[in-house]
Amino acid sequence: MSRGETVIEVRGLRSQFGTHVVHEDLDLEIRRGEILGIVGGSGTGKSVLINTILGLKQPEAGEVYFNGKPRSAMRRRDRDALARRLGVLFQAGALFSSLTVQENVMAPMREHLKMPVSLMRELADLKIGMVGLPDNAGPKFPSELSGGMKKRAGLARALALDPDLLFLDEPTAGLDPIGASQFDELILELGRTLGLTVVMITHDLDSLHAICDRVAVIADRRIVAAEPLDALTRNPHPWIQEYFGGPRGRAVLRQPQGG
Amino acid sequence: MATAAETSDQTATLTTRSEDGLVILEPGGDWLIGAIGKFDSAIRRIEDGYEPDKIRIDLSGLRRIDTAGAYLLGRAVSKCGDPDGDWHYLGGHEAARSLMADMRRRLAHCPPEAEADGGFMDVMARVGRAVEDAWEETWDTFAFFGRVLTTGFGVFALPARMRWTATVHIMETAGVNALPIIAVLSFFIGAVVAFMGANLLETFGASVFTVELVGLSVLREFGVLITAILLAGRSDSAFTAAIGSMKMQQEIDAMKVMGLDPYEVLVIPRVIACVLMAPLLTFAAMVTGVFGGLLVSWATLDISPAFFLTRMQDSVDWSHFMVGMSKAPVFGLVIAIIGCRHGLKVGGDVESLGSRVTTSVVQSIFAVIVIDALFAMMYLELDI
Repeated sequence: MSRGETVIEVRGLRSQFGTHVVHEDLDLEIRRGEILGIVGGSGTGKSVLINTILGLKQPEAGEVYFNGKPRSAMRRRDRDALARRLGVLFQAGALFSSLTVQENVMAPMREHLKMPVSLMRELADLKIGMVGLPDNAGPKFPSELSGGMKKRAGLARALALDPDLLFLDEPTAGLDPIGASQFDELILELGRTLGLTVVMITHDLDSLHAICDRVAVIADRRIVAAEPLDALTRNPHPWIQEYFGGPRGRAVLRQPQGG
Repeated sequence: MATAAETSDQTATLTTRSEDGLVILEPGGDWLIGAIGKFDSAIRRIEDGYEPDKIRIDLSGLRRIDTAGAYLLGRAVSKCGDPDGDWHYLGGHEAARSLMADMRRRLAHCPPEAEADGGFMDVMARVGRAVEDAWEETWDTFAFFGRVLTTGFGVFALPARMRWTATVHIMETAGVNALPIIAVLSFFIGAVVAFMGANLLETFGASVFTVELVGLSVLREFGVLITAILLAGRSDSAFTAAIGSMKMQQEIDAMKVMGLDPYEVLVIPRVIACVLMAPLLTFAAMVTGVFGGLLVSWATLDISPAFFLTRMQDSVDWSHFMVGMSKAPVFGLVIAIIGCRHGLKVGGDVESLGSRVTTSVVQSIFAVIVIDALFAMMYLELDI
């Protein structure tokens, strides 16, 4: 399991809704073990890109490769096997509202695994503990949780099957700065101890600064740059300059690396 | 560490052997979440059957391990006072050791859900709760009715506050758009009543009384009941869902903060629209119902339409029509109030929206039929 090799490759992707072209000839590589941040203005198709990689949306052109295998050529069995390797945290958590947190975490296990329910319950407790939820969160329903706790519960569910690939859609949006930086640390720690590959959409400059190994920028309907943050800040592309050169961007970049 | 895809998974194994009173677990292969479920009972037996300090784990045959595998393996020694002690482990596997320690540290102990015991007391407690709920629901409906009345009087005192656009819009969606389905259903009910009557009355040689049967039943009961039940199924659920989803999106809170009264903005237009449209729809239902009866009588009994109508005018009193019409606005009011009340009761989650819509439809149909029975008793006493 060598680090750094390409696990997901997006080639020549075009996405469009009606006549509105979101992506044109978009290329992206995701490498094993890295934490990749995806940034871009509102409406540039960050979520569309993630949805295309996850197979929730069919691309109009182009292909997504997992370990070199094109998604469109996969059979159902391969796709199921792939689904087990992916964990996704949706923007609002997307927890099943009729199930408790514990049952939510157990849901993918019930679907994919053969094991005694008592062990599933214990593993669910383990994931709940791993994401830093308190003990009494397990029997609660999603509607009884705060926004930050919902995100953690969503992360616990995303981790239920020990995925290699974790997709996070704005994990820190709507969290207070303390909660957000705790969440950042959690992702970083989980990524390191479990050897996860993490792809996260974020607008949180602090997150980009603190945990992302590389940052991919979507502008002009394609990825204009995908490089470590300090290299990115020297990129002459006007949108990137505006993004990191603005008052918020400058404030973050003044901090020492690893903050 | 976590799984890697390029190396194919090696089958997970677990062998146990005993040696000098010690039990030694030998995990082998890849202990990944998909493969370890079958070892749960074996490990549980060892946990329960041996002193925790007699358990050893031989890690030398182990290849890869993920969090689930580390948890399960670590559980074997977790009852021991020193679960991470080196003496528990034979053979080195640093990643597994650290992951096992990590998992033990992070485990949350969620309290088990309280389960109903199903005994006699439990059943009684549930019955009691249901009765209390039913009482509270009734009480709440009356309270809501009162609140709507006071708001309504306020609006009548200051007609400028009346929202005509919303009212007319709801009159269209809840009333006019329901016209075709109500008309068609009522037509069929009238036809069915005529069929039944024709069959039954023919045996007595009194088939001409089919006209009275159709006139009486459609004008007095079926016209208004069909209308009310369709309004309950169609508009009441729409009211609950619309107001409920606004509640979920905090639109109601936004209104309150702006100084708008949700009762005035959302409830009053719906109530007025329903109260106005219910009699009109009822009238349409009566017309098509009688028409259905007329066609069937013509086809099966050779009662000509002209004769049907003349006989109906002669023998069916106006009061039956008035009785039917008098019930319509009351049903409209009850349906609108129940629908709006449940909409405003929706909580933050999708689940409660669904259950509220169901309850609101059931309650409004229930209320319509109970009130219909009360009307029947009242008119019986009044001899109308």
